[in-house]
Amino acid sequence: MVMTFLRRELVLLARQKADWLNPLLFFIIVLTLFPLGVGPEPNQLRIMAPGIVWIAALLSVLLAAERLFRDDYRNGVIEQLVASRQGVMAFVLAKTAANWLSTGLPLVMLSPVVAMLLGVDKAAFIAMMLTLLLGTPMLSILSVLGAALTMSADKGGILLALLIVPLYIPLLIFASAAIEAAGMGLSYSGQLAILVAMLLLALALVPLAVASALRINVS
Amino acid sequence: MFKWLHPLAKPETLYRFCGHLFPWLMLSALTILLVGNVWGLVFAPQDYQQFDTVRIMYIHVPSALLSMSTYTMMAIAAFIALVWQVKVAQWSVLAIAPIGAVFTAISLLTGMAWGKPMWGTWWEWDARLTSQLILLFLYLGVIALYGAFSDRQTGGKVASLLAVIGVVNVPIIHFSVEWWHTLHQGASIMKFDTPSVHPSMLWPLLISLLGFYLLMLALVCLRLRTAILEHEQHRPWVRATLGGH
Repeated sequence: MVMTFLRRELVLLARQKADWLNPLLFFIIVLTLFPLGVGPEPNQLRIMAPGIVWIAALLSVLLAAERLFRDDYRNGVIEQLVASRQGVMAFVLAKTAANWLSTGLPLVMLSPVVAMLLGVDKAAFIAMMLTLLLGTPMLSILSVLGAALTMSADKGGILLALLIVPLYIPLLIFASAAIEAAGMGLSYSGQLAILVAMLLLALALVPLAVASALRINVS
Repeated sequence: MFKWLHPLAKPETLYRFCGHLFPWLMLSALTILLVGNVWGLVFAPQDYQQFDTVRIMYIHVPSALLSMSTYTMMAIAAFIALVWQVKVAQWSVLAIAPIGAVFTAISLLTGMAWGKPMWGTWWEWDARLTSQLILLFLYLGVIALYGAFSDRQTGGKVASLLAVIGVVNVPIIHFSVEWWHTLHQGASIMKFDTPSVHPSMLWPLLISLLGFYLLMLALVCLRLRTAILEHEQHRPWVRATLGGH
């Protein structure tokens, strides 16, 4: 059932390219703003790179989050799902997976380019890629949660950001700490382990909350 | 206990119950707060290193503890509202949220005022401070989320859901001083062996803490009564009670 939903999501994404291409372009544009804003001094950029990359990733995932459930809510798909009492969970998991495939994974694949742009050295680059690989699924899970909570709200947009950004903070702290440690030649397996722990915990619990948020919003 | 609690799920009974409770709570809260704070702020001894700045403790520590227990209380109410669909539980979530937000803000502001002379900085991105700031955002998120829905029923449920989700932050705040060892000091009172505060400072602190708790409960009673009236304004019992037309 998950695969059926996932295929549907991917087909929809393939037909609405702007939904996932725009956040990616946004990611790159935010990244180019930083060197222009803080000055192109290479050493300074290298120090700031972990924070810059992660903040740009957070913002671009947030940009994609707003439209996650909007269309399905408007054309009644979610209502039908909830009414049929089947597959809400599978739908949530497929939605999360599709969101990660369309926003998180491209960020991971773009990270070599980003590392080059910001002059990150090799050790920090590997750490950056690993944290993005482990952290972006968590971003997707949380943005699905935020989108589900605000699905039928009248003033969704900015509210979504207000709700979800505080939940992103722990992720941001550990991910940038890992990259920073790698940049100084230290071991960062501890931070990675915490990222994995947060991801597993979120994967186990958040879909339940999302499913009940969907039910509340259509009742 | 359920036999005793169950009638309170009825708005009318709860309204009267809170009405009976409120004057006692408020009176005792004000008396105890007066005793505790005057003792703490005027008569308790100075710290040998911090001098008079230590007196901020008698406001800072109770409000910080309160911000967390208020959140826990709100989350329990939210859980009851979601699982057993008790509507007064849902109203109490929204009654509690602003009170908790104010206590969180007080703890952050007094902490900043204390941090400036002691740590030499208003704000430090320390684990305890950051997680407390997230708590403030969670409170504000619950309030904002409720306000974003035109249907109050849905808004209340979604806000309750967020309150339950946010409860993961409470243990993080409590243990942040042990897990990260950053600038904020460790626990002095809330631990199992003997407290590391001298009795001459501990007693006024505990009395202030009790006063803060009573004040919080009194305010919750007051706000819950208002919320009940607001939601039930078209019911006959409200008209009978208030004598309106």
